[in-house]
Parts: sequence; C-alpha cells; structure tokens
Amino acid sequence: MLPIYAGPLETTWYYTFRVICGLILLFLIAPILVVIPLSFNAEPYFSFTPGMLSFDADAFSMRWYEDIINNKQWIHSAKNSVIIAFFATIIATTLGTVAALGLSRPEMPYRGAIMGLLISPMIVPLIISAAGMYFFYSEVGLTQTYAGIILAHAALGTPFVVITVTATLTGFDQSLIRAANNLGANDTYTFFKVTMPLIMPGMISGGLFAFITSFDEVVAVLFLSGFEQRTIPRQMWAGIREQISPTILAVATILVIISVMLLATIELLRRRSDRLRGLV
Amino acid sequence: MSDQVTAAAYAGPVLAADGTLLKDRLNKTMRRRKLIAAGLVLPLGAFVFITFMFPIILMLYRSVDNPVVHDNMPQTVAALEYWDGQGIPGEEAFAAMVADLVQARKSKEIGRVATRLNFEMSGVRSVLTGTARKAKNMKAPFKDALIAANDLWGERELWVTIKRMAKPFTASQYLAAVDMRFDIDNNMVMQDEDRQIYVTIFGRTLWISLLVSVMCLLLGYPVAYLLATLPLKYSNLLMIMVLLPFWTSLLVRTTSWIVLLQTNGVINDLMVWTGIISEEGRIQMIYNQMGTVIAMTHILLPFMVLPLYSVMKTIPPSYMRAALSLGANPVTSFVRVYAPQTVPGIGAGSLLVFILSIGYYITPALVGGRTGQMISNFIAFHMQKSLNWGLAAALGGILLVGVLFLYWAYSKIVGVDNMKLG
Repeated sequence: MLPIYAGPLETTWYYTFRVICGLILLFLIAPILVVIPLSFNAEPYFSFTPGMLSFDADAFSMRWYEDIINNKQWIHSAKNSVIIAFFATIIATTLGTVAALGLSRPEMPYRGAIMGLLISPMIVPLIISAAGMYFFYSEVGLTQTYAGIILAHAALGTPFVVITVTATLTGFDQSLIRAANNLGANDTYTFFKVTMPLIMPGMISGGLFAFITSFDEVVAVLFLSGFEQRTIPRQMWAGIREQISPTILAVATILVIISVMLLATIELLRRRSDRLRGLV
Repeated sequence: MSDQVTAAAYAGPVLAADGTLLKDRLNKTMRRRKLIAAGLVLPLGAFVFITFMFPIILMLYRSVDNPVVHDNMPQTVAALEYWDGQGIPGEEAFAAMVADLVQARKSKEIGRVATRLNFEMSGVRSVLTGTARKAKNMKAPFKDALIAANDLWGERELWVTIKRMAKPFTASQYLAAVDMRFDIDNNMVMQDEDRQIYVTIFGRTLWISLLVSVMCLLLGYPVAYLLATLPLKYSNLLMIMVLLPFWTSLLVRTTSWIVLLQTNGVINDLMVWTGIISEEGRIQMIYNQMGTVIAMTHILLPFMVLPLYSVMKTIPPSYMRAALSLGANPVTSFVRVYAPQTVPGIGAGSLLVFILSIGYYITPALVGGRTGQMISNFIAFHMQKSLNWGLAAALGGILLVGVLFLYWAYSKIVGVDNMKLG
C-alpha cells in the first residue's frame, strides 16, 4: 500500500490515517459489543464492576438471562415479534417480488415515479406513518389486533424487497425467458424454473430486510398495539423508559447475536448472487 | 419494369403475416406488454396505497378538518353567520347558544366542543361546561342569563373565536404549528412570546439533522476511502464492521449509548479511572442534545459509508498516481483530483442521512432529555398526551412536505434506483 518513495511525512500520515479509521470503526462497533459482557454482570449495574475487570468469576452471572426465561411477558413478546415479523415478511416478499418483476420490464410505464411511490414507506418519517395508520386503522377496527400490526409492518417492509429484487434483476438476461418459452415452457413454469432461481438471493435478502424491519420496529407498535400484541422492541422501549435493568442488556445481547446471524446469511447470499450473475 | 414493381411494394404499408398493418400489430403487442408490467405492480401499489398512503392522506385531512363546533352547535353557527364580528352579537345568538348547549350536553358532545375551543382560547373549557350545566334552567333574555353565568360570555373575543371555529375547515392548526394565531380581528399574528415553541423546534430539528449529517460525513469519508482502497479480503472484513450496526436493532444501539454515556456509565468511568476528569467532574453526555447527536450519528453512519464506498470504488487508483507523477503533492492531488469525483457519493450519503434524521423519533425520545427533542417527539406528544390531533396532523403535514421535497431532490440527484442496501 505505502509506496517505496514515500517520505517521512507521508509515512506518518499513512499511519495516522489508519489510526483515525481504526477509531471510527471502534466508534461503530464498540457500542454494540459493550453490552455483551455487561449482560453477564452479577450486580444490577450498568457499568463494569471492579470484580468484572479483574475477571473474578463471582462477578459474572447468568441471572439476567434467567430473568428473561422466567418472565412470561418477555417470552410472550418474543412470540409476538416472531409471529408478526413472519407474516409481515411473507406479505412484503410476495407483493414486493411481483412488483419488482413488473418494474424491471423495459415496457413499464412511469417507472421512476411509481418506484418513488413504492419506496416512500422507507422515507416518510415513522411517526407520520404510524399516526396516519392509527387514525385509519382505528376507524376500521384494526388497532389492537395482530392483523393491523402485520399489515403496517408489511407496508414498511416492502420497499426493501422492491429495492433488493430489482437490483438482482438488473442485468437479468430477458432472452432466458424467451428461450424457455421457445422450448415450450409456459409462463408459470418459466417463472418457477428459470426466473425464480436466479432472483432467489435477492428475494431472500429482501425478505430478511423486511423481517428485521418488522422485528425492530417500535413506533407503529406503540401506536397500533394493545397490551396483548407487545413485541420485544415495545417491551424494551418500556424497560428503557421506566426502569432500566440489566435484563434489557441480556435481551440486547440476544438481538445482537441474531443480527450477526442475519448479516452472515445476507453476506453469503450476496456472494452467491454475484457469482450466479457472473459479476465475480 | 420489375424495378418499378419493387418500388411500389416498398412504398405501400408494411403488413404483418396475417395481413394487418405491422405498425398496429407492434403497437398492440407493446400495449399488452405495458399492461402486463403494470398488472404486476398493481397488487403492491394497491396494498401500499390502502395500508400506508391513504391513512396519511386521511391524517392530513384531519389537519384542516374542523367539524366539532360546526356539527354540534348548528343553531349558534347559523345565528352567527351574518354577525359582523363587531361588539357582541344579538339576543338571537345567545338564545341559539343556550339551545345548543342544552342539546350538546344531552348528546354528551359538550366536552369535545369545549376542548376544541379551549385549544383556540385557553380558559374556555370550564366556562362552556359550567354554563352547559345551568343552560337547561335558563330563561329569556338569554343574553343576561349567560353573562350572569359567566362574564366571559360578554367578551367579544369568545364570540369571534366561536364564529371562526364554526367553519368546517380551518387553517388554525397550521398557524399554531408555526407559532401564529388569529387575533380578535382575524388577522394572523405571532403567538405570544412565551407560547412560541414550534419554530424553535423545527429549527432545532434542522440543526440536529445538519449536525448529524456533517458528523456522518466527517466520520464516514475516511472509512469509505479505506474500504475502497484496501485489498478486497481486508475490506470485506472491515465492511462487516460497518454493516453489523446497520443490522443491529435500533433499540439495542440506543441502549448501548445509554450504558456508555450516562454519568455512571462506561466512558465516564474510564475517564475518571485514567484521571482525565475527577469523580465530581463526571460529564453529562446523555439526556441532552449531545446524546441525541452522538447516538444518531452512530445509527446513521452506515447510510453515509455505503453510498460513499460505492462511488469511491469506481474511481480508478491510477488517477491519483497520474496526478502525483505529474508533480502534484498528495494534498493537491487529493483535493483537485480525488475529492471532486466523490461529490456524487457525498451528495447521496448526506441527503439520505439528512432525510432519515429529520424524522427521527425513538432515539431523541430515549436519550434526548429536554434539549434533544425533535419535531417527531412533539407530534407523538400531541398524539398520545395532549390529544390535540389536529395540531399533531398539522405538524406532521409540515414535516412530511419537507421530507418529500428532500426525497424528490434525492430522486432527481441520485435516483431511487441507485439506493443501495448493504
């Protein structure tokens, strides 16, 4: 990296720059990692106790994790989160993929404007979306129901699916479809045997985005859910606002692990997709 | 002879195999394909419209909708219609008011009417509900009876307010949202000094968003540069460090910042331990504007790094080398050759971060304290606590117009197609 002809000034700058970047990356990653050891704190504090710093085994405990497992409310919230995110993802992925197929056709009229509208749920501030939904959904009886939150989350998740699937479809060779038709396959068969395998990575990563959007969403839940539909983020929100206990850190740690797994999946899919499309 | 025949055949219209005009056939096929494409988009379009856009349109309607007085005090509304707004209205308006009060109390709508009028003129609520209780036993002349019940009925301001609120649509919510109000002669004037709040909040929202965008740019630019210039096997690893926060729950990241920044938190502990500050000198870094800016910068930084990275990746490293070999020093070659080529990335990233931060709600609500609250927090306050939904809708309407304008600019400058996720 550093050229041979670099003078002392350049060498100094080179290493200074590396250190600066290291600090910025630390700024990015440290806040996420810091909750992990703290969640094993034996004391109900939010900071490292002297015992933890000297690696005293007694200073660590699993008590906050036991707290989660023994707390009906957390378990119930976890179930709610999964159920809501699952159905929201199914709706968002199906509708989003079909729309992306249409948007990627060269004949699509007003492509830019329609794309802009379909992506707007990602851009409009959540508080506005949630407030609007609250008024409308309460009029049609969808507040304090699972269906209401699922619909809301599906709407908020669709832009991600549209973006990722259209991205996979750029460079999609339309002549493959004609070839399949030519060889006697009908449209349905062509879709499932030719198009879908090729756009699958985009669909899955779009779906994962939609899933995490729903799984992490709290503003719409604040407005639309009743006590029965509380999700994990809603529960954390209450925990942070009312009385913050290290149980929150244990939940946070579990969520970090889930995001690491999701990220790994996305990364693998991206590589596979690039390989399939011949980009690498 | 044969040449002429060929020429004549070319001059005629081109036909398709079945004898129809080829042009028509092509048009027909194109139209069919357009319909198919549109048909594929339609289900999502309808879904997003019903579950998302229509509710927002309804909410915006609420910001100008003003049915309460109009619907519940019909006689007063009719009686005041031709009142010129000078002095106090005549006996028939007072009689209509008494009749309406009796009716509204019976239909239990009096509370809503009183609340609505109270938003316009504070102190009216108790007068209205109090008078409504006595209204049933009132006898003509009603003017004296009402004024006997409460002096306020003899005030011109109350009647002007009622007349103004009698209209089924009003701009008063939008005026309130920019710290203005109607005065007694229906002129638009600024709100009293001590009641002005929203202009300051809008200003603060813009200021925090700007600060966050600048911070993200300052922190994101070096990292994106490093990622774009490192060999792929290292940059992929570092990229994960950028993407992990992107995938981590917003609430987890906000919680982490509370843990780090609070006065008994990790950073303060560290600084006390290293002796930078004394035990008494612990710094308040959270529950104020600083906490909001730090946490939001952290949360939105990936949205800056990713567009910058994808632009920087396309800049051939040979350009910098060429500049250097032509005699420019490293600083000049960076400023004059490299940086100008990253401007599209800077624009895309900054605009995206600005758009996303301007509507932020969760983070300011949790770590913002009093000085770090943004406009979204006030919308939520009026939605959930003060229940002044009209004002919430008006504040939301202003915010929405701002965001949509920025989004429009973004789509013109960057293009929605070029939005990258990971």
